[in-house]
Amino acid sequence: MRIWLPLQRLVSARYFFEFSSRILPWLGWVTLLILLTGLGWGLFYAPTDYQQGESYRIIFIHVPSAWMSMFAYMVMAGCSAIFLIWRIRIMDLFATSTAPIGASFTLIALATGSLWGRPMWGTYWVWDARLTSELILLFLYFGVMALRAAIDEPRRQGRAVALLTLLGVVNIPVIHFSVEWWNTLHQPASITKAAAPSIHLSMLIPLLLMALGFTLLYLYMALQRTQGAIIEQEIDSTWLQERLSNNTIETEGGTGK
Amino acid sequence: MIEFLNMGGYGAYVWSAYGIGFVVLLANVRSARAYYRKQLARAIARRQDSNT
Repeated sequence: MRIWLPLQRLVSARYFFEFSSRILPWLGWVTLLILLTGLGWGLFYAPTDYQQGESYRIIFIHVPSAWMSMFAYMVMAGCSAIFLIWRIRIMDLFATSTAPIGASFTLIALATGSLWGRPMWGTYWVWDARLTSELILLFLYFGVMALRAAIDEPRRQGRAVALLTLLGVVNIPVIHFSVEWWNTLHQPASITKAAAPSIHLSMLIPLLLMALGFTLLYLYMALQRTQGAIIEQEIDSTWLQERLSNNTIETEGGTGK
Repeated sequence: MIEFLNMGGYGAYVWSAYGIGFVVLLANVRSARAYYRKQLARAIARRQDSNT
């Protein structure tokens, strides 16, 4: 056990690097294509809403970012759990890479929601349960990033960050069910509910395209960040130095916008 | 075209929302790539050091 574990770690980091190098260029272009399609569809072809007029078009960026803010946190928490239980280092690196991206999606969800709230609710901000729990999510991402920056010793750093991440998971169901538990301002779910979505297909399709595009964009950015982190940690390892001398590493760092 | 940009009077809100999303995501893509390139450059410099 003790003999093959370090080897297994090395192999998985290396495997992860090779795998990412192969899919990153493709992933970049596919992501761009899907995002542009979703954007064009949502802005040009989707019909005007009978109640909210054109302002509803913020949905195509607001809802996918809000979903991603929670999805990224769940991925980060999953990685943290695996890292704590099996000590697979690549999981720690992937969680590290996810934090700034998740924080960005949370920020976009909050900002676009605010810009949608002003014309529709008459206010940029209220201490509504959904809005407040999403703001807490932003602070959780910041907290995770700050804690990582504050601890220098690598082993303690990974464990402490993973624990904090797992504690923060409590907030995710609170965000999701906040619109049912507290009857404040934010509307309940239209799509992620047991019954059929209460949104017309002509609006649902671009929304799902944007959500798919955001998911792929997240993967693209997280893979690239993790690759950077692998180089940082494995800088003296034989496989990396061999790859460098064979000049087989993508120096451009993938494609995309 | 003007009508499209106007977004039924909600243009300022809609375009600010898309603008913020675009800027934040573009900054993310760039910072991910910059980090990768920085580490790669560091590793290449390290290899050249060890060769000489």
